[in-house]
Amino acid sequence: MAKEAKLPINKGLSKEDQLAFYRDMVRIRRFEERSLRVYQQGKIGGFLHLYIGQESIAVGCASLMGEHDHMITAYRNHGHGLAVGMGMNECMAELLGKATGCSKGKGGSMHYFAPDKNYWGGHGIVGGQVPLGTGIAYALKYKGLTGSCMTFMGDGAINQGAVHEAYNLAALWDLPAIFIIENNGYSMGTSQERSSSHPEHGLAARAEGYNMAWEHVNGESIFAIRDGVGRAIERAHKESKPTLLEIHTYRYQGHSVADANAKKYRTKEEIDDYRKNHDPLNVYRLYLLDQKIMSEDEMKEIDNAAKKEAEDAAKFADESDFPSVESITEDVYWEADNPDQRASQGRLFFND
Amino acid sequence: MPEISYRQAIKDALAEEIERDENVVIIGEEVAQYNGAYKVTEGLLDRYGPKRIVDAPISEAGFIGMGIGASMLGVRPVMELMFWSFAYVAWDQMINNAGCVRYMSGGLINVPIVIRGPANGGTNVGATHSHTPENLIANMPGLKVVCPATPYDAKGLMKSAIRDNDPVYVMESTLLYGNKGEVPEEEYIIPLGKADIKREGTDVTIVCHGPSVGVAITAATILSSEHNISAEVVDLRSIRPLDEETIIESVKKTNRAVLVEENRPFCGVDAQIAYLIQNKAFDYLDAPVQRVSTIDAPAIYSPALEPEQLPKAANVVDKVLAIM
Repeated sequence: MAKEAKLPINKGLSKEDQLAFYRDMVRIRRFEERSLRVYQQGKIGGFLHLYIGQESIAVGCASLMGEHDHMITAYRNHGHGLAVGMGMNECMAELLGKATGCSKGKGGSMHYFAPDKNYWGGHGIVGGQVPLGTGIAYALKYKGLTGSCMTFMGDGAINQGAVHEAYNLAALWDLPAIFIIENNGYSMGTSQERSSSHPEHGLAARAEGYNMAWEHVNGESIFAIRDGVGRAIERAHKESKPTLLEIHTYRYQGHSVADANAKKYRTKEEIDDYRKNHDPLNVYRLYLLDQKIMSEDEMKEIDNAAKKEAEDAAKFADESDFPSVESITEDVYWEADNPDQRASQGRLFFND
Repeated sequence: MPEISYRQAIKDALAEEIERDENVVIIGEEVAQYNGAYKVTEGLLDRYGPKRIVDAPISEAGFIGMGIGASMLGVRPVMELMFWSFAYVAWDQMINNAGCVRYMSGGLINVPIVIRGPANGGTNVGATHSHTPENLIANMPGLKVVCPATPYDAKGLMKSAIRDNDPVYVMESTLLYGNKGEVPEEEYIIPLGKADIKREGTDVTIVCHGPSVGVAITAATILSSEHNISAEVVDLRSIRPLDEETIIESVKKTNRAVLVEENRPFCGVDAQIAYLIQNKAFDYLDAPVQRVSTIDAPAIYSPALEPEQLPKAANVVDKVLAIM
């Protein structure tokens, strides 16, 4: 980590920058831990896909975003939302299906959105967001803006047809698209070895077939992530060319909280080893201490603040109102929500 | 008013919208260099260049999804499906993404995309190339479905579709592309959700859309000349939004209804219309509502049998005579 911190892209980082990375990673972890407890209390419906263990990726990528750089991801999307600046209150309230949620309680855990922060959301169908991200990159090029779109996917998505169609389009049309495989080793409950045929060089090497640049990145180091992603952003900005990055990471929890076999398809030793030796938050914490960039006390303070923020968010969500029954048919059609400007006289809804 | 083809009317709508709004872009398989599989986009590449008229590889999920993503950022793509039957390859993108993003984001994101291309049977292309899935799409909230039947409607509705801020899926018909009709030279648009009475009548209402409008008009002509029955032909033009008012007003006047569509009968668009009529005009009905649909099997190839499978004017006449 010390070596990677000296890479050109990381050299200019101030103490404040490095502190902010730590704070953002801690905030995501505490938010996720708190949301797990809220789920266990029975207050969250459906699924909850936790990001614990992968925080370095969202934070590292968000730290490089400029005015015209965008993000879109899959259903494991809380970390990315918080990393780009969404508030814990709106995020927690969305989990509880409250009117104060970022999607007014209509999206749920898998569907956070913040287009004002260039965050085009979490998407529920494995791989379905990859053509969308490619389209965002296409729109940037069409509009003549220097930017990029980072499209995140899990290693399970790599076998979906739409993903490969999108790779082909991005490479064929020289789009500023950055495809990021967050490879945590498991496609739901099936290990990568049992789900993906791949060469020795891993999943990213599939980019070879599309004449697209690719790279492996060590997800336990936020500095390594910034380095790899930084190169991809530069390629997107300067050459308008896509990149496929495979960031190696791990998740402690199951595919979702409902994953009853979470501890059966991998060994306790495997999980313990990751927690002890590769956890990106812990690795970064030790680095900051070792380099005397932060003290234990400062860290404790950040940690306590994040815990309190998550606690307050849980309270806020709990105390918020559920959306009204009338709101069920709002936000379906732009036209129905803008009656003054609507052109048609026909009915859009059929509920009687 | 000059007479132009349905194909030309759509092309004129596309060209006018490309010129009106710099965000409009045409994307699809063979729309540019090849000039369009059905020549709807013929000449547009020469006029507007490769930035506005874009050839896509054969990968519907990829390029339709890409268009949806681009529309989220304010581009207004008009995507061509070579056949509506190929929509199923892009179903996840067209339904889960285009139809749900606005809702799942609590209204933060709009998807102003148009997806268009030929649907329907009648050209002996077999089961996988003859689909007309307007009933399936109309079942999905967040999406709009338009089925123009004439050159005039095709142009006016296409322009509305492109200017609409919701996803609009326009179903054309291979058999209609060569049909000619009057289209004014000056600009006009037709709002989505307004049905059109294609022929006035007093004895029975025939509700139809797309290529079934031609079937209904032929039937109405036979009914008039051979049976002295005056049939009113209501062309829905768009399935969603649906112009309930025009249907109900017509049935209140004629007291009878026969519904014609090229969908299969089971869960077809006309199932919705029949329910609507019994719900809102029951007291005005002098006879049960009748339907004429495609025979409930995949599209048969045999050129001898396909016309038998599709709705025919004779079927419509029979249904009308049965309830008079």
